[in-house]
Amino acid sequence: MSDTNVQRRQFLKTSVGAAAVAIAPGMLLFDMAHGKSDPVSSKVRWGMLIDTANCADGCNDCVTACNKENGLSGGLSPTDSQWMRKVELKDMRSGRTLALPMMCQHCEEPPCVDVCPTGASFKRADGIVLVDKHLCIGCRYCMMACPYKARSFVHEPLHDQKPDVPRGRGTVESCTMCVHRVDKGQQPACAEACPNKSILFGNLNDPESEISKKIRTVQSTQIRADLGLNTGIRYQGI
Amino acid sequence: MTSHSPLRFKNRIYYSLVAAGGLVVLMGLYAAHMMEEHGHIITGMNNQIVWGIPHVFAIFLIVTASGVLNVSSIGSVFNKPAYKARAPLAGLLSIAMLAGGLTVLMLDLGRPDRIIVAMTHFNPTSVFAWNIFLYSGMFAAVAFYLWTMMEKRMNPWSKPAGLLVFVWRFVLTTGTGVIFSFLVARQAYGTAILPPMFIVMSFAWGMAVFHVVQAAIYEWNGKLLDAYVQKRMKNLMGIFVIATLYFVAAYHLTNLYFARQAEFERFILFDGGVYPLVFWVGYFLFGNLIPLLLIYHPALGKSKCILFASLLIILGGFSLLYVFIIGGQAFPLSIFPGYEVSSSFGDGAIGLYRPSMPEIMLGMGAVGVSFLITAIGIRMLDFVPHEIPKSR
Amino acid sequence: MLKLFALLAALCMCASADATESYGMPKLDIGKGGQCVEEPQWMRKNHMKVLFQQRDETVHQGIRDGKYSLKNCIECHASLRDNSVIGRADSFCEGCHRYEAVKIDCFECHSSKRSSALVQKEH
Ligand code: HEC
Ligand code: HEC
Ligand code: HEC
Repeated sequence: MSDTNVQRRQFLKTSVGAAAVAIAPGMLLFDMAHGKSDPVSSKVRWGMLIDTANCADGCNDCVTACNKENGLSGGLSPTDSQWMRKVELKDMRSGRTLALPMMCQHCEEPPCVDVCPTGASFKRADGIVLVDKHLCIGCRYCMMACPYKARSFVHEPLHDQKPDVPRGRGTVESCTMCVHRVDKGQQPACAEACPNKSILFGNLNDPESEISKKIRTVQSTQIRADLGLNTGIRYQGI
Repeated sequence: MTSHSPLRFKNRIYYSLVAAGGLVVLMGLYAAHMMEEHGHIITGMNNQIVWGIPHVFAIFLIVTASGVLNVSSIGSVFNKPAYKARAPLAGLLSIAMLAGGLTVLMLDLGRPDRIIVAMTHFNPTSVFAWNIFLYSGMFAAVAFYLWTMMEKRMNPWSKPAGLLVFVWRFVLTTGTGVIFSFLVARQAYGTAILPPMFIVMSFAWGMAVFHVVQAAIYEWNGKLLDAYVQKRMKNLMGIFVIATLYFVAAYHLTNLYFARQAEFERFILFDGGVYPLVFWVGYFLFGNLIPLLLIYHPALGKSKCILFASLLIILGGFSLLYVFIIGGQAFPLSIFPGYEVSSSFGDGAIGLYRPSMPEIMLGMGAVGVSFLITAIGIRMLDFVPHEIPKSR
Repeated sequence: MLKLFALLAALCMCASADATESYGMPKLDIGKGGQCVEEPQWMRKNHMKVLFQQRDETVHQGIRDGKYSLKNCIECHASLRDNSVIGRADSFCEGCHRYEAVKIDCFECHSSKRSSALVQKEH
């Protein structure tokens, strides 16, 4: 093999690569404008890292944004849906207080999926745990099984739902990690709304993503890690 | 003429009883209709207490449906003639209660209109899905068993059918217990003692229901229950009640032993308001102490006493399930061990539950269904125990 | 002869009624107009199949906003008068189903409104 041949090959490789780099964002834009046509894949695992040190006391912006995005009433009675809530914590030994947002933890081994009789609770290939509301019969066994109290049952007929977020009486629902936004390449509403940027959303399976890098460098925890569910939502500073 | 009018009178009573049962069923259906129209907002259930009174009724009926078959199992599997004569009645009661329990379970769903989905989509990892299969299989097994007993030609099959039912109901009650055993995150549930506990509970409650129905039938027909049979059956019931108490005690004592569960036990046994009250008075006093006294005290133990004891055992069963199912959910999940928590979604707070009229009506409707099936079944086919003379 | 003619005419009328709108069905408000995603005749028979297929693909695989998406149907078929596919006797989805005595629960959850109209309202 001659030197020139190798050089030519090298050149071809680089130029094809460069062309790909140039075209890719365009393709991506095309994809976004026309909706996604590829099935989600397990190469991605969506997750969040929530920095509780930055989570301001009394701030409720993520919850408000969640309610607005998903068309929840924001009511706080025990029969109202709350996909996301702020939890105030006080360490019983040290007396330290902190607050954090709590929602579906998008487990890798979700108990809700195991117990669902019809398979309505399921985990998408990209790790988002959802309810297929077309299959949900409203037995509420998943709510019994969830260790995080993340699910709500729709107790009343609803009207004027958001076109992107259908919800209805008699089915169970929870945080969808804003699938309808994520599939369009956007962030979940809560992550976008946080004034302190305390909610970092990203791909846990990509070692180069911001979230993966941060998880490698800071101390983060999974809630009820003892259950071994490997949650997609991680917390920092608990 | 003189012999006719009491019969006419009795017929009237029978039809009014059936009509009353039908009315209760209609009320249950009306409640279900209201729940479908307005949603579960008209029940006391909410996002913390997700299973309420309907589930107490459903689980009582299903567990008892399995337990009542004990009578027939002792007859066919263990070959005791006194019990064999009662096997058909036990089978009928089992089917009736299973039907009642399943009805209320189904009508309480958020989307009962999607029951087809439940039958066509089956998640093999879900115990709940398995239970749906076990319940419907139970119907078939018991129906077949009844057929082998009532049809002369099928008699030879009666023994294997009895064995099938025997095994099936063990699996079924185990499955019902496992529904709760698998809820690892909840402090009240998630323990392996529940399946055997459910099995023993089913024995006690099944015997109690059988006694009540048997007493009613004998009274109705002006027959007198053989004293020997009576004594055997009441002693057996007593043993089952004691065994249940043993399991319940073991359940709470092991919980008390784990430091992380101590808080929960304090709640359910001492300072949880209505739940300790129902547990100690409803279950322990009325469901155990008084019935055991009625059964074993030498001066008591007559047929009236046993009827009364059986009714109390049933009351105790409902009390125990109320505390277990609803009290178990009212205690907050421990999401952040070691922290005091509060939120807008009831974290760290005791869940509030007040049973509403529609859900109670729905539960009663299930009992109505069981009653109707039993009453009509006894009338149409020969389910009355025929004592074999000199039974031993 | 006259009788035969009348009979033929009646038959023709029946046939044409069958082809366009069946007797007794209100004239449907088809919305924006244009071209349906498939042949209308075919759609009439098979729209539920494409909807169910799209539903499963969207919910489970995240394949969104294809031409068979329910949102897309509504975008086109919602009435120009009230931006909805249900609610009136001649509303597109409801009018026909009422006549055919088909019951669907889709709009207990799904918005029946044209989403572009909702967006405009918000701004
Ligand atoms: C670009 C606009 C457009 C879109 C998008 C569209 N349709 Fe249509 N559809 C039409 C038109 C125009 C007709 C023809 C109506 C006619 O001629 O009576 C039609 C006809 C139909 C018919 C037959 C009606 C009849 O009277 O026989 C059905 C059913 C139907 N569409 C369903 C759907 C469904 C379901 C979707 C979504 C998957 C959809 N359409 C998407 C424009 C559209
Ligand atoms: C209990 C609520 C509920 C009911 C009832 C319901 N859906 Fe859905 N549907 C949803 C949810 C939730 C999604 C997911 C939306 C998402 O992820 O963006 C969805 C998504 C869809 C989608 C894909 C999104 C789109 O707009 O194309 C289709 C198609 C669909 N449903 C069709 C139906 C049909 C047809 C019916 C009636 C037979 C129906 N649905 C009834 C809740 C419901
Ligand atoms: C021209 C009449 C017509 C129109 C317009 C129409 N449908 Fe239908 N649809 C039918 C008929 C007829 C059936 C029942 C077919 C069957 O059962 O085989 C049906 C069935 C369905 C089903 C399946 C119901 C089930 O439970 O199996 C869905 C979902 C559905 N339609 C959705 C829609 C939606 C959404 C629209 C409006 C965009 C629409 N249809 C417009 C005639 C129509």
